[in-house]
Amino acid sequence: MSNRKIVDARGSFCPGPLMELIAAIKAAQIGDELEVLSSDKASANDIPEWIRKVKHEHLGTTEENGVWHVVVKKAK
Amino acid sequence: MKILIVGGGMGGTILANNLARRLSTELRSGKARITMLSASDRHMYQPGLLYLAVGRMTPDELYRDQRSLLEPGIEFHVDPAEEFRLDKNEVRTQGGTVHGYDVMVVATGSRPMPQEIPGLAENSEMFYTEESALKMFRSLQQFQGGRVVIAMGVPHKCPMAPLEIAFMLHDYFRNRGILDKTKIHYTYPIGRVHSLENVAKWAAPEFDRLGISYETFFNVKEVDGTTKIVKSEEGTETNYDMLITIPAHRGMEVIEKNGMGARGWIPTHRNKLNMEGRDNVFVIGDTTNIPISKAGSTAHFEAEALGENIAAMLKMGMPVREYDGKVFCFIETGNDRATYASFNYLNPPEPKAPTRAIHWFKLAYNKLYWASARGLL
Repeated sequence: MSNRKIVDARGSFCPGPLMELIAAIKAAQIGDELEVLSSDKASANDIPEWIRKVKHEHLGTTEENGVWHVVVKKAK
Repeated sequence: MKILIVGGGMGGTILANNLARRLSTELRSGKARITMLSASDRHMYQPGLLYLAVGRMTPDELYRDQRSLLEPGIEFHVDPAEEFRLDKNEVRTQGGTVHGYDVMVVATGSRPMPQEIPGLAENSEMFYTEESALKMFRSLQQFQGGRVVIAMGVPHKCPMAPLEIAFMLHDYFRNRGILDKTKIHYTYPIGRVHSLENVAKWAAPEFDRLGISYETFFNVKEVDGTTKIVKSEEGTETNYDMLITIPAHRGMEVIEKNGMGARGWIPTHRNKLNMEGRDNVFVIGDTTNIPISKAGSTAHFEAEALGENIAAMLKMGMPVREYDGKVFCFIETGNDRATYASFNYLNPPEPKAPTRAIHWFKLAYNKLYWASARGLL
């Protein structure tokens, strides 16, 4: 079973949330899931775009009370 | 009121002078006291380093004696802070002196950290210190053509530096007559060429027009100096003949050692500028964790807002204004032209077409800065 780690980047604006995800994903194991919390709407586009380039797996993006939750699975 | 300013850079100096003017009566009567602690007796105009790196300024133009910039009545000590005793409202310096305060402002700045990326410091040029900017200029003078890669980390001081160095290098190589033998390749960590969206929209066509190639989502992982290749976290790589870096920065070590903020950035209220959880400790300039540009103008506008507030706290018992996130950055675009980005928390920048007038104003500001530091401009 995979671990899911929360990367709480609320209050940080682009490129902060993406940079926090990159740092967290370096420290994660293949198969781990990371959930980025961002209050910056731009993260909903920027982070999935980065995930596609790097070829990790984008498990979904949801918005709840002004916070975007972007979930990624480390694929390599 | 004992006001202690820790840091003698742009933010600390503008704040000290601003306060000294607002509180001149109180300073004379002994009702207020302003003390500044700094690591150096010299004050550097840091934006000048970009010009030094391409041979457009000389080192002596970057410095003034710090005491000569300060209003009379400000106590100045070249004795940096070592231990922050926030619960006791006091700071112990490296020299062992203990300074008590009623209000403290931390403005210790930031430092480039190329050593955090394997191979980066040894194999690249940068321009964030006098020594490195001079070394970069020497390397440029010896360069006879090839592939120049610009690679960076975030956060870094001066948000426009990556764009400006690209444009200024284009000028430099053209003026040396080696532009046709030189390829400039720009990389950036996020999915566009600048973190400010409107600046990116303006800059990308400029790069296209000048033949500067670029790759986005490029976060430097390591540099192999033997094969001259930069590898990215994203799995791509690019070769170089000269590598120029704008490295990721951290706040100062003393902030980290005192447990005041991860990576040296102190959690700070974005409008009130107080350290989170502390009513009498304020933070300005690069030292904050506020997600806005780490720029001299940020420190300048924060210092002006905070100066007004601290003076009002003494005179009226309460602050009078909030910092609105104001930042103003010139952008040198090469070919003797420049534009600017002016923005705050609510209003993004909208860069206009570059003009010669703005370029000349920037060159004038390189001299006028000393009036800014004195709190006159």
